[in-house]
Amino acid sequence: MRFTRLFTGPAKKAWAVFDDRTGLGQVLSHQLSHPVPNTTGWVGWSYAIGSAVLVAFILQVVTGVVLATAYVPSTEDAYDSLMYITDQATLGSFLRGLHNYGAWAMIIFIGLHVIQTYLVGAYKFPREANWLSGAVLLLLTLVLAFTGQLLRWDQTAYWSTYVLAAQVERTPIIGDRLADLALAGDTVGGATLTRFYAIHVFFVPALVFMFIGFHLWLVLHTGVSEPPQAGRPVDPKTYRAWYQKYLERNGVPFWPDAAWRDVVLGVGMVAAVAALAIIVGPPELENPPDPTVLQAYPRPDWYFLWIFAALAVVPPALEDLVILGAPAIFGALLVFLPFFANKGERSPKRRPWAIAIVMIAVIMVGTLYVAGERAPWSPYVDQPQLPVEVVAAPEKRALVAQGAQFYYQKGCQACHRMGNWGGLYGPNLTNVHERLSHEQIVISIINGRGGGMPAYAGNLTQQQVNAIVAFLEAEKVQRGEGEPPRDAGEVGAQAED
Amino acid sequence: MSTIEEHEGRHNEFGPPSPARRAFLTKLSLALSGVGGAIVATPIVTFLLGPLFRRVPREWLSVGPVEKFEVGTTVEVVVEDPSPLAWAGLSASTAAWLRRESETEFLAFSVNCTHLGCPIRWLQNASLFMCPCHGGVFYADGRVAGGPPQKPLNQYPVRVQNGQVQLQATTFPPYNDDPGIIR
Repeated sequence: MRFTRLFTGPAKKAWAVFDDRTGLGQVLSHQLSHPVPNTTGWVGWSYAIGSAVLVAFILQVVTGVVLATAYVPSTEDAYDSLMYITDQATLGSFLRGLHNYGAWAMIIFIGLHVIQTYLVGAYKFPREANWLSGAVLLLLTLVLAFTGQLLRWDQTAYWSTYVLAAQVERTPIIGDRLADLALAGDTVGGATLTRFYAIHVFFVPALVFMFIGFHLWLVLHTGVSEPPQAGRPVDPKTYRAWYQKYLERNGVPFWPDAAWRDVVLGVGMVAAVAALAIIVGPPELENPPDPTVLQAYPRPDWYFLWIFAALAVVPPALEDLVILGAPAIFGALLVFLPFFANKGERSPKRRPWAIAIVMIAVIMVGTLYVAGERAPWSPYVDQPQLPVEVVAAPEKRALVAQGAQFYYQKGCQACHRMGNWGGLYGPNLTNVHERLSHEQIVISIINGRGGGMPAYAGNLTQQQVNAIVAFLEAEKVQRGEGEPPRDAGEVGAQAED
Repeated sequence: MSTIEEHEGRHNEFGPPSPARRAFLTKLSLALSGVGGAIVATPIVTFLLGPLFRRVPREWLSVGPVEKFEVGTTVEVVVEDPSPLAWAGLSASTAAWLRRESETEFLAFSVNCTHLGCPIRWLQNASLFMCPCHGGVFYADGRVAGGPPQKPLNQYPVRVQNGQVQLQATTFPPYNDDPGIIR
């Protein structure tokens, strides 16, 4: 590419002088026209995924810098400053939207980029360092995603910091100290948010800049990997010479032959992010981060929801292993991969286990995500009472109605479903009398059942037990209709109506 | 331009090549840079580790007169950080669940679930604590009733002084080696 072609008249002369004194034009045109494999169709587009991550990061930097001009990183003021940005600042809501969906885009595309480079074996010789620097960038991106969610400093963010501290606390020996460092003190307080702020806007982005520079340098140094072909294994002894010849035969200049796809995908992504920011808007701020309001329902953003789900379903004995071991194992796999498998076949057609690993990972994360959305293990603490007339059988109405009252008051509904009402943690009790005998039901209530069911002995009188059992055994004449409201927010909103 | 290696064999206006001197200058420069780095890095790392060195005074904090709390009930009480940072705002407060077991006996529980730290809720009629995150359930005395938690609720030291119920402000998560904490 010749930059002089872009200019005419005096501008051409000015550019020539600038280029002569700085040398930038020559360097840039040399790098931009470096040969890359000539690719077409889906393969060609897959090469643009990495650039999309870069575009998303740039979007995050520019929108983040602008948000930082109005965001106040103090535990007292952060929430109000976000309210101001969202409701009053010119285009503030739009910018928050851009930053939020930009984060989504960065997570999605970096995930795709890891999967793609893994599937086509692009981490093999001589591109091991590309993979390793990419692994660091993946980790840094996840740190950005988590800390960014905390900067929203609403009720969920407040409790999420405790969830973080509770997890690092499980580290052997130094866990308590690490928890202190995570909270920057004994509890969440004045010093907590500024740390996450500094990590989110200074430490990690600086590292990301460094590693992106390194990553891009490596792309130029080693050359873009060619599309793999089954039966053409990588041999470190001969690969470099072969790749040179390959580029001489099949190479095209990066700009514009390949770069136009990067531009199309990158701009398309920005347009989609902008559309979401306008149509859907930024994530709503929840209640203020008031530690004394315990009507909270903390949930991570969607990209961490699968971890939230994993921590609900994993057996307690394996919990520490999952919390501390799984990230360590995942990290170790990412790091060791290019050391142990840096030669041989690259094509996914000859690496079926690579496809299997990706499929297992995607299915696992996807299933956990769906489970996290539903969160059947979470009690329905704030649900209004089941309308008693839907279950009351006429002949035993008084006792059944009483039982329904106790059923609600004693928290049964928090975990058990009756018709469409109630939680999902315990078994559905709509037709429990068809599964269990009268005695079995009574014993389950009094003694509890291993796992989830508390023992209610001492908490219920004989008369109350009788009433609840009568309610459970009553014919259900009518199911509740529709999905009743579930949590405090919904109930609160209803109460205000 | 020439590389050091090319320069080694040449004799130019800078005088004769001197590999020993260059080796010395290399080591000197690296060592000096190390010293410079240490001068800056030591205070930086110490500053960042600051929360580990800060001693927070343990104080008994009143949460209300004894008669305010009914026997057999559990209520939320709020403990104010005795020396908050000026910009701590709402986060200078900490909530706790206070149970009056009998005329003389009080129990004070941390609101953080022992599973992963989410805020537990007290259901007075059901006489249970429930966690909104992963379904941890605790009895009124803090024992685990169900769900993923393995440890009973953490407790704060609590006493009655001059007719006032007092809690000792404490840490999250309560330390194992902390003498003030009943585990």
